[in-house]
Amino acid sequence: MDGLHIHGVNHSYGDTKVLRGVSLTVPAGELVCLLGPSGCGKTTLLRLAAGLEGLQTGNIAIDEKVVAGDGVRVLPEHRRVGYMFQDYALFPHLNVTDNIMFGLFRWSKKEARARVAEVLRQVGMEQHAEKFPHTLSGGQQQRVALARAIAPEPRLVLLDEPFSGLDTSMRVRIREQTLSVLKQAGVATLMVTHDPQEAMYMADRIKVMGANGQVLQSGRPPEIYYSPVDEYVARLFGPVNEISGVVRGKAVETPFGIIPAPGFSDNAAVKVLIRPEKFQLGKTGDGGANRQVDVLHSHLLGDSTLVEFRLDPAEDEAPVFTVQIPGNFDVADHPEVWIKLAPEDAFVFADS
Amino acid sequence: MAITGVAMLPILAVVVLALTPSEGDDIWAHLVSTVLPDYIATTLQLMVGVGFGTAIIGVATAWLVTMCRFPGRRIFEWAMLLPMAMPAYVIAYVYTDILEYAGPVQGMLRDLFGWQTGRDYWFPEIRSLGGAITMMTLVLYPYVYLLSRAAFLGQSIGVLEASRVLGRGPWRGFFTVALPLARPGIVIGVSLVLMETLNDYGTVDFFAVNTFSLGIFDVWMNMNNVSGAAQLATVLLLFVAALVMSERYARRKQRYHNTSTKFQELPGLRLRGKRGVLAMLVCALPVLLGFVLPTAVLLDYAVRYYEPELALEISGYAWNSIRLSLLAGGIAVLVAIVVAYSVRIRGGQALKAFSRLASLGYAIPGAVLAVGVMNVLGPLDNGIDAFSRETFGISTGLLFSGTIAAVTFGYLVRFLALSLGTVEAGLGKITPNMDGAARSLGHGAFSTMRRVHMPLMRTSVLTAVMLVFVDCMKELPMTTILRPFNFQTLATFVHQYASDEQLGEAALAALSIVGVGILPVVLLSYAIARSRPGQGTGK
Repeated sequence: MDGLHIHGVNHSYGDTKVLRGVSLTVPAGELVCLLGPSGCGKTTLLRLAAGLEGLQTGNIAIDEKVVAGDGVRVLPEHRRVGYMFQDYALFPHLNVTDNIMFGLFRWSKKEARARVAEVLRQVGMEQHAEKFPHTLSGGQQQRVALARAIAPEPRLVLLDEPFSGLDTSMRVRIREQTLSVLKQAGVATLMVTHDPQEAMYMADRIKVMGANGQVLQSGRPPEIYYSPVDEYVARLFGPVNEISGVVRGKAVETPFGIIPAPGFSDNAAVKVLIRPEKFQLGKTGDGGANRQVDVLHSHLLGDSTLVEFRLDPAEDEAPVFTVQIPGNFDVADHPEVWIKLAPEDAFVFADS
Repeated sequence: MAITGVAMLPILAVVVLALTPSEGDDIWAHLVSTVLPDYIATTLQLMVGVGFGTAIIGVATAWLVTMCRFPGRRIFEWAMLLPMAMPAYVIAYVYTDILEYAGPVQGMLRDLFGWQTGRDYWFPEIRSLGGAITMMTLVLYPYVYLLSRAAFLGQSIGVLEASRVLGRGPWRGFFTVALPLARPGIVIGVSLVLMETLNDYGTVDFFAVNTFSLGIFDVWMNMNNVSGAAQLATVLLLFVAALVMSERYARRKQRYHNTSTKFQELPGLRLRGKRGVLAMLVCALPVLLGFVLPTAVLLDYAVRYYEPELALEISGYAWNSIRLSLLAGGIAVLVAIVVAYSVRIRGGQALKAFSRLASLGYAIPGAVLAVGVMNVLGPLDNGIDAFSRETFGISTGLLFSGTIAAVTFGYLVRFLALSLGTVEAGLGKITPNMDGAARSLGHGAFSTMRRVHMPLMRTSVLTAVMLVFVDCMKELPMTTILRPFNFQTLATFVHQYASDEQLGEAALAALSIVGVGILPVVLLSYAIARSRPGQGTGK
């Protein structure tokens, strides 16, 4: 199968292990995101795939051909890999066209010019072809870097935190465009990010990496979000509500009802994690596991509202929970607030 | 690492020589009981005087130029640097010539007031410690100016505005906020000034001010005692070590201070009327005295004493200077490229530390280095000579000592820091990711070198060659000691003639040195013009 295959890669810098037994596959036309905290070895994996770093153990193949490992080391310039660096690494002494031409030196002049025009059009930078990098904005530089990486029609594209240098509004626009350019090229893409939303948006599949350099979970975005394998992955997507409890008869009792805990033995200490948007607010006790709560504040965020509540109004030290609901929610309009939770929307993990 | 080792050799040689004096050569006790206290006292006085002088002029003008608006400010921004082009010894000759008893100034005063002899009036003696302090202050203050200006520019305007909002006026804000924040920069500037002060030989020789540099020459040349010279040199090295440490310390602090990266157009306190004129005078005076006036005097002399034969003779010396300086500049840059690339490729703390050590030479006064270079090359020559006599029965004589090789080696050790700093800065702009980008775009190591590194490094390499070239052209103490017999450069020629009170004959040569010295000033001014406040690069 075409694409990138990484198998059993370990890597250390001195005594620090940054990658432990990492394996992954990126088929042609697919985009895989490595999601993890900074310093977890994500960038190292990209550099290994590009050949910019020497492989220590394991092997790497591109389009069925081993490029590193098993005594082989193909030099970076012979791998046909497009690499987009976090700092873009545009050549300051070359203008936009010449930056893109840099990788097309084996092409005929005519073909190369046509290709430059084509990729510049794809990224929407035709009118900046003659400009020098330092005169471009961050978003424009990013697009030139992308154009430069894909221009030589690589077999694999590597993106290292491609949007981290951009401001929020720009980021949304640019990542949409980047995704469409990559999909159009139909190339295998491995991208590194620490932003879960970005990973969810871009990726066909996500690999979550922990700080210790291990892959914790792989799967399509909904699997990562709806079925996290552990507390760490569950917490990646923002703050969660947490309740400690003890398992009795394959379930754990919480103020919001009985939550099933299959696979846990009796008396096991567990943590129940509930995402803020999983709670539902109501007016009265209309059946189910409803419960009246004491609302402390509400904060309108724009398209949704954060509501903070506690269970027992009498107790000052009672834990505070957070709900996120669509639309506006004014406390003054709701003298009585009831809360509801579907049992399948809570995650149960061992409390270590 | 071998390169650093070689660069360190002369310094080590001095220390070793000082600690192991040969029988009968050991005049340490004698030195301590006679001249040493005088050397220490004089050197310290000179350092304190020049330190304070340059700090006051440098900081005051930098503050006025960066924070205030007054007529001519844009010009002063770069013009303040002009005295840098003037070697201290040249300005010393010029001022002695105009201010001594027989000079025009005193002559005019006598005519004006009808005085007959020197006993009728008091006039400051220029050839004195005070004179030396004044001369060096006038040409060295630009170091402090440059670094405090950068420090003031780098300060977040926010803290100054905060001090205004908190009720401090602009002047109190200067003393309570801006000055303390700029202190690391000022300390670095003053440290550089003091290193140059310790290095000076021409001025103190001419003024007969007994500093260490002069003492080393005296003990070596007149008493013919090499270990005595080395012992003095070692004491001088202690002074240098203290300076280097204070400079490093300040640099660390500076990094800590420069936390904000926000640059804004500075407020520009508008000075009008009398205050504007005063500010202009404060800035104009150092430039006039340190550059314009001496240059004018030299020009005048050069024209008046012009003779084709003299010009021809001088052009020969100029060719010597240029040859030597180009050679040293070329080698220094080659060495710098090798060191900088090995640090980049191999990395490693040890190599980095060594590269820093190699650049210590810049802090070591020329007189000390000269002692060291002689004592590295001397034994080497003797060794080669003995070997060749034994093996081939031919005496090679002195291969290196007293040749251009010795001078070049001395220059290299002293100015390696300049070329290394410039080349490293240039290389720093080529991020490792650019290498990675070039490689992943299909270019091999050689092609990456040719198409990415060479075009990007060209300017820094040329700058490095130029900086070393200019400093070699001006260098006096090492050239005096290490040059081959009868080998005259512009600097030694000027020194010799001016010391014999024949400034007229030396003017043309002195003017050429100043002319060459203008080059880096132009470069710096250009850099300053490009990094105007509010345009991002506030460094």
